[in-house]
Amino acid sequence: MDAILLQILNGLDKGSAYALIALGLTLIFGTLGVVNFAHGALFMIGAFCAVTLSRLLSLSFVTIDETQTDFLGNPLKVETPYVEAWFGPETGAAIIDWSVPLAILFSIPIMALVGLFMERGLIKYFYKRPHADQILVTFGLAIVLQEIIKYFFGANPIPTPAPDAFAGSLDFGAMIGMDPNVIIYPYWRIVYFLFAAGIIGAVFAFLQFTTFGMVVRAGMADRQTVGLLGINIDKRFTFMFALAAVVAGLAGVMYAPINSPNYHMGMDFLVLSFVVVVVGGMGSLPGAVLAGFLLGILESFASMAQVVALLPGINQIIIYLVAIVILLTRPRGLMGRKGVMES
Amino acid sequence: MLGLNKKDTSLFLLVLVLVVLAPFLLNPFPENSELAQFNAGYPDLMQRFLIFGIFAIGFNILFGLTGYLSFGHAAFLGVGSYAGVWMMKLLTMNVIPAIFMSVIFAGLFSLLVGYISLRRSGIYFSILTLAFAQMSFSLAYSVLTPITNGETGLQLALDDPRILGVSQENGAIPAANLFGLAMRESYELSLGGWLFTFNAGYYLCAVVMMIAFYVAVRIFRSPFGMMLRAVKSNQQRMNFTGLNSRPYTLAAFVISGMYAGLAGGLMVAMDPLAGAERMQWTASGEVVLMTILGGAGTLIGPVLGAGFIKYFENIFSKINDNVLYGWFSALPEGVADFLVFVIHPFIGKGWHLTLGIMFMLIVIFLPGGIMEGVERIGRLFKRKSSDKDSSARASAAPAE
Amino acid sequence: MDILRVEDVNKSFGGLRALNNVNFSVEEGTVHAIIGPNGAGKSTFLNCLIGRLIPDTGSVMFGDISLTGMKPYEINQVGVSRVFQTPEIFGDLTLMENIMIPALAKRDGEFQLHAFKNVASDAEICDKAMHMLEDVGLAEKRDSIAGSLSRGDKRRLELAMCLSQDPKLLLLDEPTAGMSRADTNNTIDLLKRIGDRGITKVVIEHDMHVVFSLAEKVSVLAQGAIIAEGKPEDIKGDPRVQEAYLGGAHL
Repeated sequence: MDAILLQILNGLDKGSAYALIALGLTLIFGTLGVVNFAHGALFMIGAFCAVTLSRLLSLSFVTIDETQTDFLGNPLKVETPYVEAWFGPETGAAIIDWSVPLAILFSIPIMALVGLFMERGLIKYFYKRPHADQILVTFGLAIVLQEIIKYFFGANPIPTPAPDAFAGSLDFGAMIGMDPNVIIYPYWRIVYFLFAAGIIGAVFAFLQFTTFGMVVRAGMADRQTVGLLGINIDKRFTFMFALAAVVAGLAGVMYAPINSPNYHMGMDFLVLSFVVVVVGGMGSLPGAVLAGFLLGILESFASMAQVVALLPGINQIIIYLVAIVILLTRPRGLMGRKGVMES
Repeated sequence: MLGLNKKDTSLFLLVLVLVVLAPFLLNPFPENSELAQFNAGYPDLMQRFLIFGIFAIGFNILFGLTGYLSFGHAAFLGVGSYAGVWMMKLLTMNVIPAIFMSVIFAGLFSLLVGYISLRRSGIYFSILTLAFAQMSFSLAYSVLTPITNGETGLQLALDDPRILGVSQENGAIPAANLFGLAMRESYELSLGGWLFTFNAGYYLCAVVMMIAFYVAVRIFRSPFGMMLRAVKSNQQRMNFTGLNSRPYTLAAFVISGMYAGLAGGLMVAMDPLAGAERMQWTASGEVVLMTILGGAGTLIGPVLGAGFIKYFENIFSKINDNVLYGWFSALPEGVADFLVFVIHPFIGKGWHLTLGIMFMLIVIFLPGGIMEGVERIGRLFKRKSSDKDSSARASAAPAE
Repeated sequence: MDILRVEDVNKSFGGLRALNNVNFSVEEGTVHAIIGPNGAGKSTFLNCLIGRLIPDTGSVMFGDISLTGMKPYEINQVGVSRVFQTPEIFGDLTLMENIMIPALAKRDGEFQLHAFKNVASDAEICDKAMHMLEDVGLAEKRDSIAGSLSRGDKRRLELAMCLSQDPKLLLLDEPTAGMSRADTNNTIDLLKRIGDRGITKVVIEHDMHVVFSLAEKVSVLAQGAIIAEGKPEDIKGDPRVQEAYLGGAHL
């Protein structure tokens, strides 16, 4: 029982990331009809927004402190981050400590702009081209974005810690009356899950309860008809692309403390996210979210020592295996609609 | 000739001449000159041209003719490589069984993957093939380590049985050979300042590539090839015309998988090792790129695309800032600095950035690849020469 | 003798009953028209015949072969060809190739791995394709890309594709829809000429002019059921038909 609970918890954070990326992919696919292979790159850029902000915040100036000396007897050079000088040492240190959550605010305008430029500058021209062309051009774009990041940040992962307040772990088992230290769960992962759930809820609420969202949902169901009604769908779709970029970016920002960002994390997640979208059912938003969590948890179950001992390597391939079985038995995925990407 | 029509025969002969004379053609610059870094006439690179050419020719039979975009073809190349190395470990260092078994194993594996993946089309097919390739890649790294030797990659060892050959020769692993002719054996010809290398392995690749190319031409011109193009054009009509499209696409898939295996086998014959990274999806992306860049669905395009990418990969990776400063030494220092600063991200390790940009430009502006470009230029010239006629005709025609 | 016999076919989409106990038979060698108002179930009916849709109940017999449950390509292989309402052709291929493909399908069956034959040196198939193109008057355009043809030419090409298979039964879904009067008359002539080859034809048609120039027998489909059947002149006068189909107005 405790082992099962632990695996479910472990699967939640990865599942959250899958769900967020898959949600964005589905938004783009459903509204614009574009298969976006560069979506993983957006996730990666989000993570690097966190890196950038934490670097910006720790920008320092150097002063020479005559009162202290280093081991050679020279006066010690002290680096003081500007924020500490501006806001006082304590507030400044807190700001630096909280750079990842702060990066949420920082990344929203950046991701929105990136999304806007991508859609207006490139994707727009591919609405009427075959899906193969869309895949290829966004694949090329993904390579370009990833190489640009690599150029500026190098090839090595960059550790980006969460605020100290979330550094520890929660003894979840003890809380619900089990033995202590059976189910311990890092605080930041709880934060990530809650954050992801919040974003997903916000996106659904937006689509469900605003007029804008209603038009978008109508557009997803039948683009032509909505276009005929005299509603300018294209503008809204541009907005949707930017929104999807922001969702992917935020998923990346908050993921940075869980997994040190590196330039190819986008590609790694993209392949899996595509599988998630297909399993959930192309064009189905609830399907994408459901499949994201489901596959995340499944993956974590497959990594259990007992399972791996029984079926070696299953943890590596479980997601692909599930995808293959789903595609063959339920061609439209778990919650797919008829007529999406068919014929 | 050989059952080809006139146009195809001349194309075939042209490719043959280019391939045979490649050691000369690719080394146009004298050995010690400044430009020698642009030479491509050394065995390792020339072998890669041909091997990736074969890979792309095979991929084109699937993607170019049927339109099914597979993102998992590198897996077949990988399986072929492993099979090849195992033949060299178990049987003999003669490359024939290695290449043969590479093709067989890749064919069997592609039969399995194709049988399942081809139940779906469009993007679903792409993702299924991607899933299979990633699965093979992960397994090769983990559970299948006894077969693949995991991260280290599969290599030959001194104590391999090699039941038809010898385990070791004078305390070393014997060289890969074709009935005694070592693949790494080369004949060097020095002419003036030029140095030309004729490598046994390269010419083996050349023979295999010409056969592979010939088979591809025959497939393109056959009823089978026509049916494959029918699949791409209108699968619905095809089914209502009494044709079962499934076996056609499966046959194309397996044939292209075997081509990939052949490429993998040749890689092993040239350099007897195999690693899982050959199966990664970026490797699959590369062959897609080669095919698109050259021109999907054309006979010669994929070969050109493969050569183009491998050549520039090689050249761009070699150029560094010092080389650039060498080029711009005539310019004022500030300008040189600026140029180097601008170009720097695209060279050396930045080659992938250049590749990505090139790829995007091709897909955006020239979806037909190099071959479409050539055609457009050709048409431009034709129009220029016929401009006079048409303007004469236009003036003669009465206004309606 | 009946070449096609449809018995008690039902087909529903969700709550909509598209076909309601349809019984229908076609005598060999005749031209049989199916008419009916929009949404009467004509296309659904045709789709049930060629395997695009599978009827919920009932049987479709072609000679003594049951077509129900057969795959589209199997149905074609036993001798049923179809011309679609919007022409279904191989748009990226030349006209010659468009006809060679069905001709090969007829001769070599549903699948042949002839990867080493040269298609251009297959005299039998090439001659046949050329002959068919001449028949429908598209011979000069033999090397054009089919997708570049006008709509009327596409229809003629599709007809030639079907005819190249020497089908026993030819199904035509509104063969003259969207054509000018002159083109319509040309098509009627063409279809009459094929009549001489003894091909049985089932024509779905809106245009009464076409129906009465071609058909020997007419069935009227309304709301998923056959409400009348008979010679064209009898159908014209049938009050039930006028009620259902023409809203009471006289022809």
